[in-house]
Amino acid sequence: MSVRMPAASARRGLHPAAWWLWAGCMAGAAIRTTNPILLALIASVAAFVVAAKRTSAPWSRSLVVFFRLGIVVIVLRVVIQIIFGNRLPGHVLFTLPEIPLPSWAQGVSIGGPVTVEAVVQAAVQGLRLAVVLICFGAANSLASPYRLLRCLPAVLYEAGVAVTVSLAFAPEVVMAIAGVRDARRLRGRPIRGLAGLRGMAIPVLESALDRSLQLASSMDARGYGRRVAVAQRTRWMGTGGTAVGLLLVIVGVYGALDAGSLPAGGIPFLAAGAVLVGAGMAVGGRRTNRTRYRPDVWRIAEWAVGASGVAALSGMIVAGVFGVPGLQLQVYPLEFPPLPLLPAAGILIGLLPALVAPMDRSASGTRTTAPPPPADEVQAPGAPVPASATPAPAPTKPDAVQPPAPVGLRMPFGPVEGTVA
Amino acid sequence: MIRFTDVTFTYAEAEEPTLRGIDLDIEEGELCVVVGETGSGKTTLLRAVNGLVPHFTGGRLSGDVRVDGRSTREYPPRELADVVGVVGQNPAASFVTDIVEDELAYTMENLGIAPAVMRRRVEDTLDLLGLHELRSRPLSTLSGGQQQRVAIGAVLTAAPRVLVLDEPTSALDPAAAEEVLASLTRLVHDLGMTVVLAEHRLERVIPFADRMVLVPGRGESLIVGTTAGIMEMSPVAPPIVELARLAGWSPVPLSVRDARRLADPLRRRLARVAAPVPAPTPGPALRPVAVAERLSVSFGEVVALDAVDFEVRPGEVVAVMGRNGSGKSTLLAHLAGLRRPTTGTVRVLGRAPTDLPPRRLIRLVGLVPQDAGMLLYGETVADECVTADHETGLSPGTTAAMLESVLPGMPMGHHPRDLSEGQRLALALAIVLAPAPPLVLLDEPTRGLDYPSKHRLVELLRKMAASGDCIVVATHDVELAAQVATRAVVLAEGEVVSDGVARDVVCHSPVFAPQVAKVLAPDPWLTVDEVRSALAGAVP
Repeated sequence: MSVRMPAASARRGLHPAAWWLWAGCMAGAAIRTTNPILLALIASVAAFVVAAKRTSAPWSRSLVVFFRLGIVVIVLRVVIQIIFGNRLPGHVLFTLPEIPLPSWAQGVSIGGPVTVEAVVQAAVQGLRLAVVLICFGAANSLASPYRLLRCLPAVLYEAGVAVTVSLAFAPEVVMAIAGVRDARRLRGRPIRGLAGLRGMAIPVLESALDRSLQLASSMDARGYGRRVAVAQRTRWMGTGGTAVGLLLVIVGVYGALDAGSLPAGGIPFLAAGAVLVGAGMAVGGRRTNRTRYRPDVWRIAEWAVGASGVAALSGMIVAGVFGVPGLQLQVYPLEFPPLPLLPAAGILIGLLPALVAPMDRSASGTRTTAPPPPADEVQAPGAPVPASATPAPAPTKPDAVQPPAPVGLRMPFGPVEGTVA
Repeated sequence: MIRFTDVTFTYAEAEEPTLRGIDLDIEEGELCVVVGETGSGKTTLLRAVNGLVPHFTGGRLSGDVRVDGRSTREYPPRELADVVGVVGQNPAASFVTDIVEDELAYTMENLGIAPAVMRRRVEDTLDLLGLHELRSRPLSTLSGGQQQRVAIGAVLTAAPRVLVLDEPTSALDPAAAEEVLASLTRLVHDLGMTVVLAEHRLERVIPFADRMVLVPGRGESLIVGTTAGIMEMSPVAPPIVELARLAGWSPVPLSVRDARRLADPLRRRLARVAAPVPAPTPGPALRPVAVAERLSVSFGEVVALDAVDFEVRPGEVVAVMGRNGSGKSTLLAHLAGLRRPTTGTVRVLGRAPTDLPPRRLIRLVGLVPQDAGMLLYGETVADECVTADHETGLSPGTTAAMLESVLPGMPMGHHPRDLSEGQRLALALAIVLAPAPPLVLLDEPTRGLDYPSKHRLVELLRKMAASGDCIVVATHDVELAAQVATRAVVLAEGEVVSDGVARDVVCHSPVFAPQVAKVLAPDPWLTVDEVRSALAGAVP
């Protein structure tokens, strides 16, 4: 066991959890404000960090898609407001013909006067959602979800599969779009405009879903979620602790995102939940017998990136608690929003990853031509295994042993048989 | 090691069982090849070994499947992962991680193997399969053959006792296939690993097989026997066996070496008849349908195609060959107007295919991609045919009729995803051919095809060429190239290495020569049919 593992972070870039934490905090900050300047600032910070740190791997291209999705969200939100939204008083832009609705449909209106204030408010709400999406896209571009999943404890098997499948879904969709576009072109179907969009949605979702299902079956066939026999009580403690902890975390996150619904922004719930989840996973972890190949390590850079995200979010929370003006956009009177300094400074700290995160040099996603087949000799897999080095991987049979490992098997490959002169 | 006891399996909503009353025993240290026609249930049989059928597919399985004493009734696939490694037909679909090295380590991580052992096994497997230069590449950027090798490596690292492979060489070039099979044989002989593999390209696997299992399909019972025994009677046979039947050799030779020893009388008989004439090549008078001039394509710093000059004339069947990742698919994608060249030009009947709207394009160029399922999104086969007619403005029924001529008796009510790989290809082919484009591009068309379907494909391609269509086939299947190609182009690292009459190109390459050519060298015979008709002419 004297093999030195190479410095993982030097080769692999930042720990994926650090990226997701950072992106999650930025998204959390975005949810707590409707000030378009702050929102634009968050989006630019996310985009800048992605531009500085992304690799050329395929999933790194997903940010653009999320930007486009964001624009669609804003437009959709404004259109819905114009047609159905509640009628805010103010400067009337134009008036749509009103359709009278029966009394039981009170609160919903179709048509009517459309005011500048209503449109601005809808656009800003759309922008907020778009920025959240962009933060999610940034995380997807910087660390592939699969890598994050590797760090996920396999305590809750079903939850683990669900999380993988859902995390993998967004990049799958992005990649499926390219394939479906090609296929549609080959079948002579339109690929641009509304007709193209309509015909593509189903195939893209279908192929991404299909891929997700295959992923789940492949994970299973390759041993994901194997169990070691443990006492019933331990099992309950592990699962129960994790479940209750996760609930508390959800409550805490809700509090952190929705200002004013819980005391102290839900932080106590978040902390208690995190402790419980940690304990539950530690107990439950005894049930699985997993090891790590080149584990992602959490070092100073990871702390810095995580902290920068937390700083951005806390700037926003603190500003909210102290009632710093300018967090929410005022439409009465409609005026250019101010720039609150504290939250803005917090968001700017979110730029830190662009400086401190190590570059991911491993996943240089350029396509190279295949190397020539090995000329002389190759070796069989499996190394001489010292008996003590291998924990018996037996799922339920403790006496099962590793299959005999090949001992330095050399395989000469001659030239291809039947040479033709 | 693997025991099937009275296994009957019916997919959910299927009327007939796919497997019926299967009894099968595979001993430890056996290399067992499963053969059978497209859609006969080979894949179902293989996936039942580790319990993916029925744990993940649904359906009803009666009887018992035991691997190393563990029944798939009690053990789900994950608990069998240390005993059985399964490589599916579509390697890209089995990837769980996103980087080659992580993929190789994934199963070992789940099995809880010590980090030091993992390191060592990953390195060994990288060497074994020639993957060391790809170790940190994202999986989605690999070529089909590279992905196949990674998928095999990913199960090998866990050192399972049983290895189940569904068409492991279908995406590999001949040299790489030979290497993978040789390594599998080594694992069987030196470690006593049990290997079960399904393969349509029998010419590649029979020299290595200990036993064969013939799956007749339609729920009939299996036929199990020694390789030579099965080959004497099998309706599906590689060229070397057909040649043996023609020449009356017994026992049937399974390798080129065995056949050459027996072939001397045949060679002398053939020397007395006229040597095969090269297929007539269309004169230069005919204007080329597609022309690529100085076509260069690069992805980032990597050059995929380097100043390639390429043209196809009416009536030609061009086989584009070369090792995995040499730029074959890239060339086809550019001829079909899917990508814009970095420099250089592509013209199809004088037009740049990238500038044409899709509807016009498909009447000029048809491309069947490597993963034929990509083209299919309908609910049923019938639905798919109707949509294709409608969208391309063909008279109703054209696509269905084309499908009937490509592969008769397709289950029209099935969902395209429930079809076998071969049936899916037939459907995609029918859809692409229905608008009758003058230029047809096929990327690895024989992947997953059995001999009868392949034979039909060859007939179809010959008929199309005779009627003046141009066909470009990117393929690793040397037997296909020998049967249909009039011209062969060999690519390497994005450059054209040789371009000439197919017979000359393939006969002069030890890698690309078909079996008949290897047996009958130095005379340039390519196929059993040629030999048969020559002999018939010589002995009237």
